[in-house]
Amino acid sequence: MFFEYDPVIYSRILTGLTLGFHVIFATIGVGIPLMIAIAEWMGIKRNDPHYTLMARRWARGFVVTVAVGVVTGTAIGLQLSLLWPNFMQAAGHTIGLPMFMETFAFFFEAIFLGIYLYTWDRWKSKMKHFLLVIPIVIGATASAFFITSVNSFMNFPQGFTMIDGILTDVSPLAAMFNPATPTKISHVIITCYLTSAFILGAIAAYKLLKGNNHIYYKKALHLTMVSAAVFAIGTAIIGDLSGKYLHEYQPEKLAAAEWHFETESEAPLILGGILTDDNEVRYALKIPFALSILAGGTPDTIVIGLNDFPAEELPPLWIHYAFDLMVFIGMYLAFVSVLFVFMNWKKNWNAFNRPLLWSVLAGGPLAMLAIEAGWFFTEVGRQPWILNQVMTVAEGATTSQHVDIMLYVFIILYAVLGITCVRVLSRMFKNNPVERELEKRGLTHTDDRKAN
Amino acid sequence: MSYEILGITVLWIFLYGYLIVASVDFGAGFFSYYTKRTKQNHITHNIIQRYLSPVWEVTNVFLVFFFIGIVGFFPDTAYYYGTALLIPGSVAIILLAIRGSYYAFATYGAKESPLYNFLYGATGLLIPSSLSTVLTISEGGYVVVEDGNVRLLYGELFGSLYSWGVVVLAIVSVLFISASFLTYYSSRAKDEGALKLLRKYALTWSLPAIGMGIIVFFLLGKRNPLHYQNMVDIWWVFGISFIAFIIATYLIWKRRNYGTAFILVMIQYFAAFFGYGAAHLPYLLYPYLTIYDGFTNESMALALVIAFIAGLLLLIPSLYLLMRTFLFDADYVQGKK
Repeated sequence: MFFEYDPVIYSRILTGLTLGFHVIFATIGVGIPLMIAIAEWMGIKRNDPHYTLMARRWARGFVVTVAVGVVTGTAIGLQLSLLWPNFMQAAGHTIGLPMFMETFAFFFEAIFLGIYLYTWDRWKSKMKHFLLVIPIVIGATASAFFITSVNSFMNFPQGFTMIDGILTDVSPLAAMFNPATPTKISHVIITCYLTSAFILGAIAAYKLLKGNNHIYYKKALHLTMVSAAVFAIGTAIIGDLSGKYLHEYQPEKLAAAEWHFETESEAPLILGGILTDDNEVRYALKIPFALSILAGGTPDTIVIGLNDFPAEELPPLWIHYAFDLMVFIGMYLAFVSVLFVFMNWKKNWNAFNRPLLWSVLAGGPLAMLAIEAGWFFTEVGRQPWILNQVMTVAEGATTSQHVDIMLYVFIILYAVLGITCVRVLSRMFKNNPVERELEKRGLTHTDDRKAN
Repeated sequence: MSYEILGITVLWIFLYGYLIVASVDFGAGFFSYYTKRTKQNHITHNIIQRYLSPVWEVTNVFLVFFFIGIVGFFPDTAYYYGTALLIPGSVAIILLAIRGSYYAFATYGAKESPLYNFLYGATGLLIPSSLSTVLTISEGGYVVVEDGNVRLLYGELFGSLYSWGVVVLAIVSVLFISASFLTYYSSRAKDEGALKLLRKYALTWSLPAIGMGIIVFFLLGKRNPLHYQNMVDIWWVFGISFIAFIIATYLIWKRRNYGTAFILVMIQYFAAFFGYGAAHLPYLLYPYLTIYDGFTNESMALALVIAFIAGLLLLIPSLYLLMRTFLFDADYVQGKK
């Protein structure tokens, strides 16, 4: 390629590729079960077959994405050992517990998903089938919980003592429940819910924009946007707490995200902009005091600047853009969903107007982009460490030859999987549109009351 | 029982679980492809679909459980096997990825495609071949450690009779285990046509399976005399395996007790697999790594064992529910639900 073979670089790119691809499916894998559960519950509670059909259709699409999520999850599980053997050796000693438990959580989810999908019409009582979705939601969320606690540990390793490179005094629970854990886990889980709600909402908005005015889509859009508004507000609150965590425990990451060079109070929040060669910020939008407030809740909070850290321990400063992108999209999603809910609540306003539908449609892919930006921000923001202050990325990597060839092979694999997945999903729903399915189930003449 | 033994036993049980459920799945994929090619798929298609659809995901988890668990209990394995297995491991990932996703695409995408079927059938035989190389490597002589670098000797691996013997054993075992399970399943489904065909497959693959087992046993004598001697010392375990095989095949031959026959096949592989594993101890990788020097710290071991027991309490009832809903529900099996 363009640089000399270095297994560390290639391992990083390959891991980034696998995780970047996997996280798409992992995110909806965590969030969609909850949306399915809500829809099925509404179907039972309101005795409205539209919602039940919604749950059915979502579940049908979901299982295809689960398949890709499972195989890419298996890939990253194995790749961690293949590409980062030294890291995994250390991780096995310290943070092996939640990794192990994650497989249990997934096992649990997989079993019930298998039962759920094939038992829609098996019992007289619809409640029985609904009960099966609960373990799926729990398993999916628990998977996110356990695996994110591993990532928290990488940001704030604790629960062991290192003497001459040898790990002793290990406390698996202290490692798992470190200071990074609460904000990280809640942030990951709620944004999975938010993103999933928006993706499903975007599909409904797309159909409405294309002129399918069936009440089914309006109900779907309303359900997803109400959920999204709740999750978006939760995301904002947790995002604020994450800022305070960074200030307290990983100030260099916060400073890098914000291009904050001088240690000072009343620090401004910098949005966008470019960085000149002598570290001057140009063309940025500065919100006075905002960084101090984000970090400590008050304008007089002192925020440590980049100049106070050794230069070789700083992450690359482009993560500022990833951070901004994540925050900006998060605010956009909150705005759009809250606006929709508000306009729908005002009885004589039309929430289903075209500009708002377009905004919801854009929100789906944007939400996924924010997820990617957030993960790249947190992972690159930890550089040069794989275990913060304990082990560098270079120390953790494999020494194997041929990681480059593997990289090319996996690029092809993911491209093929991604394209086929999209094609299969679109064919699946095109060949079996809602209208036809409603007709087949004899549901064409249900009342057309306004979605609420 | 020491933590080390407990840990490796737990992992070995899961690997055995994978061996059985994955073999059924892999073999079913192959038979499904083969019968399509020979235009007999109308006979077996339903049986295979009804079994596979609800359980395919669960199969994969057994494997994930094993390789995550082994890093938890024996972190040093990540260092040795992780470094050495970059290419074979990646090949296995790719095959598993293709198989898992194209199965879902074909099943839920609701379109028949010869390519999907081919991929599904072919990976069914390639995955066990590639995974079996890990066991081959563990016998020693295929991996060297030079100046702290672990290297896999590809020439040695591809040129050795033993490693090819293991590959063939893996493939014929997959076909035998799968056919004997599907024979039982079609008898439960009262599907005479499928039963006749699958019974024929089971009998076809029975002799190659046991024959390869015996051949590999003796090839191991040349490859790793220490391990071989340990196996000879517990010859009775392999005796049980052999007797279970004889009775199972006899029952299938006589067209009776297919359920018992399949349980005996499971016993056959259980005995052989645990005999092989027990004799392998204490080595995880000859001659570099034993379960004692590669073991995790005590507090992690305790935490993992507790998590494992708690997990089992959750999983066993769930698995029971899954099996009751699909495997042992006569109406479902017969296609009435």
